[in-house]
Amino acid sequence: MSIKPLAMRDAFLERIWREMAEDNKIFFTCADFGSPVLDKIRADFPDRFVNVGIAEQNLINVSAGLALEGYTVFAYAIAPFITMRCYEQIRVSLALLSEVRPMNVNLIGVGAGYSYVVSGPTHQCYEDITLMRALPNFQVLSPADHVTAAKFFDACVDTCGPKYLRFDAQVLPVIYENEAPNTSKGFHVHKRGDNTCLIATGYMLHTALKAAEALADEGLQVGVVDLFDLARFSADELYDTLKPYAGIVSLEEGFRGRGGLDSMLFEFIARRNLDAKMLNVGVEGAYHFELGTRTELHEKVGIGPQAVLNSVRAFATSLSK
Amino acid sequence: MTNSPMDLRVKADWVWRETLAIHRRAPETRLASSLSSIEIFVALYYGGVLRFNPSNPRDESRDRCIISKGHGSICMYPILADLGYFPMDELQHVCESGSFLGGIPDPVIPGYETVNGSLGHGLGVATGMALGLKRKASNQSVFVVAGDGELHEGANWEAIMFATQYKLDNLHLIVDNNSISMLGYTDDIVSHGDLGTRLSSFGWDCLEVQGHDVFAVQAALQQQKTKLDGKPKALIAKTLKGHGVPGLENAPLSHIINPKPELIDSLLEKTK
Repeated sequence: MSIKPLAMRDAFLERIWREMAEDNKIFFTCADFGSPVLDKIRADFPDRFVNVGIAEQNLINVSAGLALEGYTVFAYAIAPFITMRCYEQIRVSLALLSEVRPMNVNLIGVGAGYSYVVSGPTHQCYEDITLMRALPNFQVLSPADHVTAAKFFDACVDTCGPKYLRFDAQVLPVIYENEAPNTSKGFHVHKRGDNTCLIATGYMLHTALKAAEALADEGLQVGVVDLFDLARFSADELYDTLKPYAGIVSLEEGFRGRGGLDSMLFEFIARRNLDAKMLNVGVEGAYHFELGTRTELHEKVGIGPQAVLNSVRAFATSLSK
Repeated sequence: MTNSPMDLRVKADWVWRETLAIHRRAPETRLASSLSSIEIFVALYYGGVLRFNPSNPRDESRDRCIISKGHGSICMYPILADLGYFPMDELQHVCESGSFLGGIPDPVIPGYETVNGSLGHGLGVATGMALGLKRKASNQSVFVVAGDGELHEGANWEAIMFATQYKLDNLHLIVDNNSISMLGYTDDIVSHGDLGTRLSSFGWDCLEVQGHDVFAVQAALQQQKTKLDGKPKALIAKTLKGHGVPGLENAPLSHIINPKPELIDSLLEKTK
C-alpha cells in the first residue's frame, strides 16, 4: 500500500505532538507561523507552546533560554526568516553557547529553495545550506520527503545540540515508500551507476531520480545519493560510495558556487583525494522575480528536470573512466 | 555572605580598586563601563538579592544572573573570585595566555551563564529562562544587567514585549544607565527619552535609583524581587561611566579612553 504524501512539517509536527504527551520537557516555539498539526499542539499543550510573534530574533533567544532550563525546544518559522533574520542570535545563543552548555534547540525552517513558488525571493531560500553549515556544533538536516522528515524527529530528541531542519513548503511525492531511510550515516544510496553519481539534497533528489531514470532508458546508468545530513554524514562511508565514480554531480535548490552542497563536495573530494570531476547544479547567484510553476522557475535558472537531464547526459558521456 | 550596610560599601570600594588594578595589568579590558556597574553587582551578590552557589555554579536552585553587558563587567572578576568561584590568583592573569579571564567575559568563566560579548542578547535569553522557570514551577528569578546603549539593539524590545505578554514577574532587567555608548552620549546618538516611562508604558514595573548608592540598589532589588504581580521588573540605575576616575568619569569617549598607568597607581595609592 502506498503512503499518502504529507507536508514535511505536518509529518514532523505530528511526531512532536505525540511525544509532547509523553515527554513534558518538550517545548514548542514559533514566530507566528502555523500548520494544521500546530493547531493540535496549541490546543493540547498551551503551557509548552509560545508564539513570540513576528520576531525571529526573540524566537531564537527565548528558545535558547528554555533549552538552558532543560527543555528540548522546537522552534518553527519560515526558512529564510528563521535562518537569516536572526543569524547572530543563532550564532551567539545557539552555536557558540552550545559549545559550553548542553542545549537542545531544533530550528524547523519551512520553505527550502523555491518551495514558496509565487511568494518571490524574500520567502524563497537559496542561502540556508551555506549559512547553517558554516556554524560549528550545528546539524543541518535536509529531507526529500515527509517520511525522512518524520524520521529526523528521533535524532532531534536523542541528540542534544542545535539543529536546523530545512523543510519543503509543498507536499512532495513519497520517496521512501517501504521504509524510512537509515539516518545514522547521513545519506542513502538509491542507485548505483557506471561512471557518474548524482548527489542531491531536498527537493532536488526528485529531479535527480527522474534524470537517472530517463538516462537509464537511454542506456546510461548514473548513481543517485540522497545526502540529507549536510553536517555530520559519515565521511568514510561517503568516500566508499563515491570512490568508484569518475564524475560527481551536486544538485541543490540553492545558490551555485556560494558555499552550499557544491562547495561541501568540492572540499570533500579534495580532502579525501577522490579522483573525480564535478558538475554543480544550483541556482546561478542572482535573485529572480519571475512567476511560474516551480518547474518553470527551475528551468529558467538551470536546475529544472530538462536542464539537469541535458547537463548530466553531457557530463557523463564526456567522462572516460 | 556579607550583608551589613558598612560591608556593602566597603565591598564596593574594594571591587572598584580591584577593577582598576586588573585594568592596570590588562589595559585591553573595558574600564569605564566596568566601573559604572560595580554597585549593581555588589548589591546583587553581597546584598542578599541573588541566590547562588560558588561550589556548584549551575546549581538548579540558583537565581540566574545574565550579564548582558559582558564587556562592562570586569568588576565581576574580583567578585567571583572573592566568592570562591575561582582562585583569587587568577585575577593576576587577566588577558594572559592560558587564562579563562578574557578582555570580554565568556561563559567558560564559572559564574557566567551566557555569551555576552555581542550586545543585546542577554535579555532575550533571560526571558526564555524566566518562562522556562515559570513552566517548571520553579521560584527562581532571572536578573539581567544591561547597558542603556545596548538597549539600542531592537531584539531587546522584542523581549520586553514578550515578557509583558507572558507576565514574567520573575524577570528583572537592571539597566546600568551610564548614558554613554562608544561614541558619545546615548541622548545624542539615539535617545531613549525617559527610559523609565518608556518601559512602564510597555507594561513593566519600573524603579529608578542612584546607581552608585549600593544600599538604594539593594533595597530596590529586594523590593522588586518580592513583588509577584505579573509584571516584569526593570530597575534603572543612574550611573556614571568611569565612576571615580578623573578624566574618565562621564567623559563622552570614556569607552575607548584608557587612563594612564600612573593615574591608576596614584588612585590606588590614595584609596589604600
